[in-house]
Amino acid sequence: MEATLQWISANQQMIYIVILMIFLGIEIIGRVPSVLHTPLMSGANAIHGVVIIGAIIVMGRASEHNYLALVLGFLAVILGTLNVVGGFVVTDRMLEMFKKKK
Amino acid sequence: MKFDILTICYIVAAVTFIIGLKMLSSPATARRGNLVAAAGMFVAIIGTIFLYKDEEGLPLHNYPWIFAALIIGAIIGVVAAKKVKMTAMPEMVSFFNGMGGACAALISVIEFDYVFRAAEKMNFAHFSEGVAPGHYLAIVAGSIIGSVSFAGSMIAWGKLNGSFKDVIFKAQHTINLLIFAGVIILAIITFFAVNTYADYFFIATVVLALIYGVLFVLPIGGADMPVVISLLNSFTGVAAACGGFLYNNKAMLTGGILVGAAGTLLTILMCKAMNRSLTNVLIGSFGAKETTGGGNTGTTGGSYKEISISDAAMVMRYASKVMIVPGYGLAVAQAQHTCHELEKLLEEKGVEVGYAIHPVAGRMPGHMNVLLAEADVSYDKLLELEQANDALKSTDVVLVLGANDVVNPAAKNNPSSPIYGMPILDVEQAKTVIVNKRSMKPGYAGIENDLFYQPKTSMLFGDGKKVLQDLINEIKSL
Repeated sequence: MEATLQWISANQQMIYIVILMIFLGIEIIGRVPSVLHTPLMSGANAIHGVVIIGAIIVMGRASEHNYLALVLGFLAVILGTLNVVGGFVVTDRMLEMFKKKK
Repeated sequence: MKFDILTICYIVAAVTFIIGLKMLSSPATARRGNLVAAAGMFVAIIGTIFLYKDEEGLPLHNYPWIFAALIIGAIIGVVAAKKVKMTAMPEMVSFFNGMGGACAALISVIEFDYVFRAAEKMNFAHFSEGVAPGHYLAIVAGSIIGSVSFAGSMIAWGKLNGSFKDVIFKAQHTINLLIFAGVIILAIITFFAVNTYADYFFIATVVLALIYGVLFVLPIGGADMPVVISLLNSFTGVAAACGGFLYNNKAMLTGGILVGAAGTLLTILMCKAMNRSLTNVLIGSFGAKETTGGGNTGTTGGSYKEISISDAAMVMRYASKVMIVPGYGLAVAQAQHTCHELEKLLEEKGVEVGYAIHPVAGRMPGHMNVLLAEADVSYDKLLELEQANDALKSTDVVLVLGANDVVNPAAKNNPSSPIYGMPILDVEQAKTVIVNKRSMKPGYAGIENDLFYQPKTSMLFGDGKKVLQDLINEIKSL
């Protein structure tokens, strides 16, 4: 119990961010027209690719003899990059088409 | 000092994610919004690579590996994203989402390994002595959610491109619930386990989570796939946020939770458009319901009338207002360009043409708009549900192209129908309805459609693209 409380106070900033972001995420999406749902989902998909930062940190900290971390980290960076790069490019392609109307 | 610059990089990234998402929700700024978020992501990645210092102040190493992985991922990502056909968009999003989920899961697995080894070195009797519960929670949640998201997205991807069929077996949901309970129990056992066995329990947790991801998506029907992808998208967001907790990284946390919250709301919005609850989508699959409740539609199996291409062409040519209702059938037939040609031709002949877009037409909300935009259809011709229903009152001819459930009157007048209550396009308000379908087989949701048997309705059988092409030729020769 004490450990849990300690963890909460050690991470209080993070917990505040979580709470605020939940409300912000809901607010931002609330007024989106349905025509933009697919690009929006795709854009959001690219944004959660931010997990790649974690992959880079894991990879960069792995010691040379820790093969498990090296191999899995390498894989994680590839997959994360796929998520980020693919996500943004696909979203851009979709939105490019919307622009043509003018 | 360097560390401070990295902090600024992360703040910039977090702000661009928020602004980017905000800009993405308005048509005028959407494209820039995407670029803004991408720029922020770039800053965060470059900043992490060159400026990150761990607790002891050591910079990252293994640069060749990092760059090799970045380049491989970027090349595959760009090629896949550039090559994918617009009709295959939903499965592409699902695929990328799965990659993100796998990435989050892998990070958590490696992090577990560190904690486990540290506990081993210290000779703790129990794993729980070496780790704070909150830290363990972030690790285990990240690995479970990431694994479910990865496995689920891959199944959704395979289902949408036709590699897997729906699999429904008896007591499936009970089994799924048991497996899910098993995942949670294993995760708890891992924490309290004698240290030498904790890793085995952890591996079992991850494997069971992967199995759960597969079984969770397998029974869900094609019509509900967008909802599932959206849900898995928000899962991955939460998994990424768990990574943010592990590294005390606010950019990851902001991005992850933002997507988690937005994705959850988007999922709920989609369910609302279909008038179904999320539990209903996840637990009661359409197929199972249909066998028990679908049989009692009054006129089902009655007679329908067919219309020839030349008659259909005639009717449309001399109408003053035509409304096209596109559905997934149009996308499958790759007929959006031909459809646009027909629209142009009719407009030249003085016929007013509009498109009535149901919010869940296609396989994802907004999917139809993307497809039609690809074919250069003007934006202001696309009418949303309410506008379309107003316009339908003064419409002479409605051409339903591969849409089914979104025009099924059972949603309004048959309380026993699984789609009862879903807002639909009231095509019956128009003077004539022409329905293009390949056969009389029921649509995605497997529900009979009374519309086809009404006196106003004529059926025009055939592949969407071919039928449209024939219509164009016929109208030209009139």
